[in-house]
Amino acid sequence: MTEVFGVPISALFGQLMLGLVNGCFYAMLSLGLAIIFGMLNIINFAHGAFYMMGAVCAWILLNNFGLGYWWALLIVPVGVALFGVIIEQTMLKRLYRLDPLYGFLYTFGLAQVIEGLFRYKYGVSGLPYETPDKLLGAVNLGFLFLPEYRAWVVVVSLVVCFATWFIIEWTPLGAYLRAATENPQIVQAFGINVPVMITVTFAIGVGLAALAGVLAAPATQVSPLMGANMIIVVFAVVVIGGMGSILGSIITGLALGLIEGLTNVFYPKATNTVVFFIMAVVLLIRPAGLFGREK
Amino acid sequence: MKRKFLYLVLTGLLVFGASSAIAQSKISGDVVKIGVLTDLSGLYSDLSGQGSVIAAQMAVDEMGGKVAGKPVQVISADHQNKADVGANKAREWYDREGVDMIVDVVNSGVALAVTKVAAEKHKLFIDTGAGSTRLTNEDCNPYMIHWVYDTYATGTVTGKAVVQNGGKTWFFITADYAFGKSLQQDTTNAVQAAGGKVLGAVTHPLNASDFSSYLLQAQSSKAQVIGLANAGGDTINSIKTANQFGITKSQKLAALLMFITDVNALGLNTAQGMYVASSWYWDQNDNTRKFGKAFFNKTKKMPTMDQAGVYSAVLQYLKAIQKTGTDDADAVVKQLKSTTMSDAFMTNGKIRADGRLIKDFYLFQVKSPGESKYPWDYYKLLSTIPGDQAFQPLSLSRCPLIKK
Amino acid sequence: MRIAGYAVMLAIGLIAPHVYYPIFLMRILCFALFASALNLLLGYTGLLSFGHAAFFGAAAYVTAYVAKERDFSPAAAVITGVVVAALLGTAVGLVSIRRLGIYFSMVTLALAQLLYFICLQAPFTGGEDGIQGVPRGHLLWKLDLGNDMVLYYVVYVIFLASYYFIYRVVHSPFGQVVKAIRENEPRAISLGYDVNRYKLVTFILSATLAGLAGSMKAIILTFVTLTDVDWRTSGEVVLMTLLGGMGTLFGPSVGALFVVTLDTQLSDRVGPLVTVLIGAIFMVCVLTLRRGIVGEIIALYRRVVGNSHHG
Repeated sequence: MTEVFGVPISALFGQLMLGLVNGCFYAMLSLGLAIIFGMLNIINFAHGAFYMMGAVCAWILLNNFGLGYWWALLIVPVGVALFGVIIEQTMLKRLYRLDPLYGFLYTFGLAQVIEGLFRYKYGVSGLPYETPDKLLGAVNLGFLFLPEYRAWVVVVSLVVCFATWFIIEWTPLGAYLRAATENPQIVQAFGINVPVMITVTFAIGVGLAALAGVLAAPATQVSPLMGANMIIVVFAVVVIGGMGSILGSIITGLALGLIEGLTNVFYPKATNTVVFFIMAVVLLIRPAGLFGREK
Repeated sequence: MKRKFLYLVLTGLLVFGASSAIAQSKISGDVVKIGVLTDLSGLYSDLSGQGSVIAAQMAVDEMGGKVAGKPVQVISADHQNKADVGANKAREWYDREGVDMIVDVVNSGVALAVTKVAAEKHKLFIDTGAGSTRLTNEDCNPYMIHWVYDTYATGTVTGKAVVQNGGKTWFFITADYAFGKSLQQDTTNAVQAAGGKVLGAVTHPLNASDFSSYLLQAQSSKAQVIGLANAGGDTINSIKTANQFGITKSQKLAALLMFITDVNALGLNTAQGMYVASSWYWDQNDNTRKFGKAFFNKTKKMPTMDQAGVYSAVLQYLKAIQKTGTDDADAVVKQLKSTTMSDAFMTNGKIRADGRLIKDFYLFQVKSPGESKYPWDYYKLLSTIPGDQAFQPLSLSRCPLIKK
Repeated sequence: MRIAGYAVMLAIGLIAPHVYYPIFLMRILCFALFASALNLLLGYTGLLSFGHAAFFGAAAYVTAYVAKERDFSPAAAVITGVVVAALLGTAVGLVSIRRLGIYFSMVTLALAQLLYFICLQAPFTGGEDGIQGVPRGHLLWKLDLGNDMVLYYVVYVIFLASYYFIYRVVHSPFGQVVKAIRENEPRAISLGYDVNRYKLVTFILSATLAGLAGSMKAIILTFVTLTDVDWRTSGEVVLMTLLGGMGTLFGPSVGALFVVTLDTQLSDRVGPLVTVLIGAIFMVCVLTLRRGIVGEIIALYRRVVGNSHHG
């Protein structure tokens, strides 16, 4: 068995693969967070809660309605996005003009409410969600034992992330969105319905988070606590990448996932802390983040 | 509008203030109060939780709801697997609610905190759920009794059995707190004593969401046996993930602490063949079956050794009060430690000076689906280990109460 | 008029332990101090630190460790904890002050999480088990802190002293500059003030006082766990400050009283719904009650008094 730096190659690639999968979730979540911040000027603390809702709703769909994974992939992100729209229309609207601080605090409260309600109903120990039959099994690549499901997650995430990036950076719709971020009044004067754009953007961001949740359900334990643990790492990812750039969020998310995986091979004790440590270093060298532009 | 809200808030404040003042004055005196402090909603709730509360009530009902002329009351609370919540609750219970005895406390971290409070307040604490051997060694005290099992017993019995069956090299996946570390240490000692070798270990946070990276490390160690030094939901998830990654094809899994509810959740297909070292099983004799069926009627599940232990602890506690006529902790402890006890949970059990209850221990193996004839028929008995061999001998004890 | 008000509050504080459970009251005092420390930063400098539990918890761990394992007297243990909090505050402050507004909050949150994971791993903190059985000890060789009543009065004195300290800082020339920075930072810069240094000093003071609250908590409750460095604790203390009234002197304490009481009374009966309730209160506060309870009372008072003056 070949070894790299004293570590068997299958272990190295195994951890890198797990890290990549995590990185995909980081990328999807920080992407959503960046989009929402760009349009609404709100740091959505509840983003983790929406991720959690995605996973738990997938479970509910299976357990209470008998609808499996493939249905969940379609229905859940849409459903949670709709829920997000309701929240945006009834509550978040009033916060746009205020200091982003208030949006942060408000969504923190919202996250607690959502998490608390789900905890009340479902407890904190995990809800089991089985891998869909089509994706059971694994491929033995010699240097890597690759479970099919995780490969699927990586593929879907990358496709979704880059599709979103493409839409925002290269299509007219995306151009309107970006313009509305820069200068809503002028865009409104051009006859484009900015409030609708804002709502749509929020819905997309939330939908992305929920999709990540559905993807995560078979891989990790579904639990009402999963969002809370995720969101703080995602905040660090966003600070490292800088909020201004969509591509930056994606790349940073993936890279940090890989770095975490690597750390788990050579110095497992630091796996949980390496992202925050990198964040501290980046802050000292490049306060605006690696890809960021200060607004 | 704002003003009205403000008044509402101020009123709310006053109401809270008043209600807490009122709640203060109801301190009980002429009641024997038993507090079941357990995990009601987390990863250990199936093996203890509400079932423990019901088991306690069953014991109280068996004694007629009264002892030495005083009524008996059972209250319960969720410690949420948090040492601070548990310790605060224990303190509050002993100080303000007049609780005389706290029972269950599954989760060794919480148990270690509660035992300190019990020692401070000179009130009884009988732990049936936690495993850490520290409770009868470094952290022992006169008011603490360790009832059902501990990591020395399960780790040693399982470890020895697996090594004797060919599993010589080990890698541990350990829950990163008192219980896990205790279990890993005790099993390591047993494995090495039986001629085996420990190649490495990795720790995981309690209630971890994803065991894949830990199992990958176990896999790359090439150990013959992966020892799971965790419990409840964590054990279930470790086993499930191991199956997912195909690890069980080349390596054996050893669950160093397993409850019947875990086997139930895993299903016999996944769990068959695994060794289980346990203090009690419902289908052992007529007494155990009687209790098991009565419990099943109330909860639709067969009791785990922890829940049966709660029943037994409460029953013996009440009997001790009956004998001594008082619920004073010192008198009751003295009575308990000098009695040989038998009930649906044990035959001729005795409590040692270090607070350790000594009773027979058993090695079971999980049946295959074909071998199981009726619901919850999960175990076949491989051997019985007498108590003085299963538990840590007094000669090795690190408890300050034992004079050497 | 004001003096009468203070006297009444003082009296309540002195009699309270005979009516209510002293441990419950001491928890309120600790969190009131913790919230007031945060308020120094949030209310007067306008910086929202979402990771203040790092200082609270770190000081608590250090105090617990030296008191239990190194046989420090409670006074020495608390002082050690406070010093550590101050040092930690300096380190965190230096890294995070460079970022403005909401980034500052996210950075403090993330750095606090870094500390959380360090505490999880570090051998001396006991990981998930925490440190239990912290000895209460004696103060000044005579006062037995094992006695809840005695401890209460000691804590109360420390609390009052800290409050007085905060009051002096806020009303000092230093405090005036800090308030000016919050009102209009560019102007303060143009007036020649080294804005970052003022912010940093306030941050360090705030962290130190939070550390004092944490050290006291270790001695009072005799245990420290990971909850004390958890970001949820940071969130709770922000809520207390917001609910009570940012930028007011007594607001955070009122907020602490409310939240701790809520927590204690309800967590048995409704479990996780307490989180829901706290979150809901948070949301309502941000939308409608931004001045907090005390802030609204002051505004009310001013309106009434102001009217009578003009009338």
